[in-house]
Amino acid sequence: MDLQIALLLGQDGMTNGAIYALLSLALVLVFAVTRVIFIPQGEFVAFGALTLASFQAGKTPGTLWLLIGAGVVVALVDVTQALRSGMPRRILRIVGWNLVYPAAAAAVVFLLKPGDFPLLAQIVLALALVVPLGPMIYRLAFQPLAEASVLVLLIVAVAVHLALVGLGLLFFGAEGSRTPAFSDASFNLGLVTVSGQTLWVVGASLLLIVVLFAFFERTIYGKALRATAMNRTGARLMGISTVMAGRLSFLLAALIGAFSGILIAPITTVYYDTGFLIGLKGFVGAIVGGLASYPIAAAGAILVGLLESFSSFWASAFKEVIVFTLIIPVLVWRSLTTRHVEEDE
Amino acid sequence: MPPRLVLSGFLGLLLILPLVASEFQVTLLNYIGLYAIVALGLVLLTGVGGLTSFGQAAFVGLGAYTTAYLSTAEGLPGWASILGGSPWIGLLVGLLVTALVAYLLGLLTLRLSGHYLPLGTIAWGISLYFLFGNLEFLGGHTGMSGIPALSLFGIELKDGRKFYYVVWLAVLGAVWLTQNLLDSREGRAIRALKGGVVMAEAMGVDTARSKVMIFLVAALFACVSGWLYAHLQRFVNPTPFGLHIGIEYLFMAVVGGAAHVWGALIGAGVITVLKQWLQDWLPKLLGASGNFEVIVFGVMMIFVLQRARDGLWPILTRFVPQREAKREVPQGEALPKKPTPESGQVLLEARNVFKRFGGLVANNNMSLTVKAGEVMALIGPNGAGKSTMFNCVSGVDSASEGEVLFRGEAVTNLNSRQIARRGMSRTFQHVRLLPTMTVLENVAIGGHLRGSKGVLSAMLHLERGEEARLLAEAARQVERVGLKDSMFGLAGSLALGQQRTMEIARALCADPCLLLLDEPAAGLRYMEKQSLAKLLRKLRGEGMGILLVEHDMDFVMGLADRVVVMEFGEKIAEGLPDEVQRDPAVLEAYLGGVD
Repeated sequence: MDLQIALLLGQDGMTNGAIYALLSLALVLVFAVTRVIFIPQGEFVAFGALTLASFQAGKTPGTLWLLIGAGVVVALVDVTQALRSGMPRRILRIVGWNLVYPAAAAAVVFLLKPGDFPLLAQIVLALALVVPLGPMIYRLAFQPLAEASVLVLLIVAVAVHLALVGLGLLFFGAEGSRTPAFSDASFNLGLVTVSGQTLWVVGASLLLIVVLFAFFERTIYGKALRATAMNRTGARLMGISTVMAGRLSFLLAALIGAFSGILIAPITTVYYDTGFLIGLKGFVGAIVGGLASYPIAAAGAILVGLLESFSSFWASAFKEVIVFTLIIPVLVWRSLTTRHVEEDE
Repeated sequence: MPPRLVLSGFLGLLLILPLVASEFQVTLLNYIGLYAIVALGLVLLTGVGGLTSFGQAAFVGLGAYTTAYLSTAEGLPGWASILGGSPWIGLLVGLLVTALVAYLLGLLTLRLSGHYLPLGTIAWGISLYFLFGNLEFLGGHTGMSGIPALSLFGIELKDGRKFYYVVWLAVLGAVWLTQNLLDSREGRAIRALKGGVVMAEAMGVDTARSKVMIFLVAALFACVSGWLYAHLQRFVNPTPFGLHIGIEYLFMAVVGGAAHVWGALIGAGVITVLKQWLQDWLPKLLGASGNFEVIVFGVMMIFVLQRARDGLWPILTRFVPQREAKREVPQGEALPKKPTPESGQVLLEARNVFKRFGGLVANNNMSLTVKAGEVMALIGPNGAGKSTMFNCVSGVDSASEGEVLFRGEAVTNLNSRQIARRGMSRTFQHVRLLPTMTVLENVAIGGHLRGSKGVLSAMLHLERGEEARLLAEAARQVERVGLKDSMFGLAGSLALGQQRTMEIARALCADPCLLLLDEPAAGLRYMEKQSLAKLLRKLRGEGMGILLVEHDMDFVMGLADRVVVMEFGEKIAEGLPDEVQRDPAVLEAYLGGVD
């Protein structure tokens, strides 16, 4: 290996690492707020990428049907509950978010031919279709179990992951898709050429991290999420709805996931089940941070990206073996250093 | 219909099914059996032991690939050539390999607390899968074919109908082994893993060892299933050993009822038949090919966990009357007792113990002694640090500073298990029991250190003699504390006061020379308190040392030989009950200042 290859691998690793870092942030956020280990994170990556690819291919993305279907189910559940608890005034809002919004999205997709939109508009529309799935999934799968143990929530998360992978196959088929790069520019820096897409990925990831940081530090909702993460009961006593916090954290996780998918779609071919491994690598990063620290999680994720790209050079067949075996010493180190007060599951 | 009849009916059905079923149905039944063996391991591991694993499919793969490799490999090196050719050697080596891998993985990952463990199993589940697919000598992603069929007594089991009996014999064997294990001393230790670790450790159970044990048993079950699979299919490739199949195994256990042995069979049956059915229908319905059954499985799992977290088995058993719990009081010869220390000898000495939680000093320079044949009472207002002191002394927590001597030996840095082994036993202020086990079984956990038979003899029920003596001892202690009528009831159904009394019986079952009782009289009625006081006096007369935390002053003052009073983590008085009652500092602490 000479310096040029090393730099090339390093660039690859950094690009993937930036994506893993974004995902690891979302995983830490969801776990801290809801105690859900969010295995389906990767499916949002795939859905984001494939929805954008569908627009560009002039097809109707399957996520639209998913949004409509999930909306109908959520509306049914929520309206029944609102009627039972004697709060019919909520119905308007429920119907608005879960029925009218998906219908409006469908109208845009069918009437305006998003295939002809500029890229930015296509990205916004793809996000608009995929991101609301986050809170809807929280409502249907996790909210009824909000008080269950972490392990039960984990099994549910795995179940949601399976269901979404199956739906992904149904809606997008087994074929992979790749979208055109955001920019064709490339910059020659002596030994290496840095592609415009790499800069986009790293830049957009950094920007999103800064925005998230500002959100958590400066806004009342961000602070509410942090409060819930620190102490659920305490936050509730202060009037913060844990249901709201749960939905909001899933919304953010879905946003981060779908956006990551859109960022990598020009670099790698995305299949309906690609997201799982990408999400798990974000996990390795998140676990390095103990599912608690954002900066350590991000650093760990970048490390995973570099490790992956270098091991694909030395032993490409064993790339996944190396990355996922790495998690075990990390887990051991983590569980030795965190003093866990064990009892009752 | 009595349950024995249901079981015989089920066995009879198993026997004649392959005679009447179609080729396809027999194949399906074979697969149900194979999956049920793996799910049984998960019942033990997850349902009973509380350890979630998504990685069992990898162990199935180890079993399948080992025998596939050994029974087909041509070019085994000379020294290893005797291992080749026979499926039975393949089974033996497979079990060894699996045990080794599981032991190493267990050592690494079972230390992981809470949710880190299942994440760890996902990680090595994926690693092993990719390893199977990328190792040249295991045939890579195409796999290995030409695996010989099993032969039994000269009959070659090429036919699915013949193989059926081998599979289901293995299933029933695994059921028998698992049930035996759960109904034993080791089994009680395993059942304590879920929600009773602190208590079990204080009774001398090595919970870390129990975890490794059930992890090994579950892995070996999976390995046997893989071995059977390889010789049934006579071809292996990595696909059936991936993470998604590992997840499916866990689903089987959860859907069937993860805490019940028969739940594994139900779960394996339901998921396998459903999968077959969905794989037939969904692609036709949806007009596309693919594994769409995962959508249904995912949604079904969510539904089960939201609505019926205990799975199908408890729902089914509502229609079948359960066998009456054994009502006979267990009989058996007495277990050997440790020699009692001479009365008056100092048993426990705590010297200048400090315990700090961050900035809070819960114990500040506490010293006390307990002698054999005396009742020492530790009293003080709520939050004075009495229970913290108890935890420091009994090794449940460790003191920040200071020294604890038990029978002359420094035990400050020992854990609760090691201290229990030296003859100290305790109860807890917040009752710690296993609510779904009977009173007798709960008390028998106290006797854990007085038995020695391990997992293997428990699984084969070779330890019945020791088990009978243990249960008889537990029954004697239950009677001794006056709970004879509730002996076979569930511990969770006792009133709180009785639960505390049961904890005393459990502590006594350990044959201690020093008894630590944390508020034993709380929640008892007057008459019950009287009989408790009588029991404690009798124990004192037999030379037992008793350290008591209690709020009921009548109870304490009538019973204690000496009293130590704590307030704000410090000792404010010590002496005979009468002296302490007149002590101005104590009056101040209890009644507020008298101006």
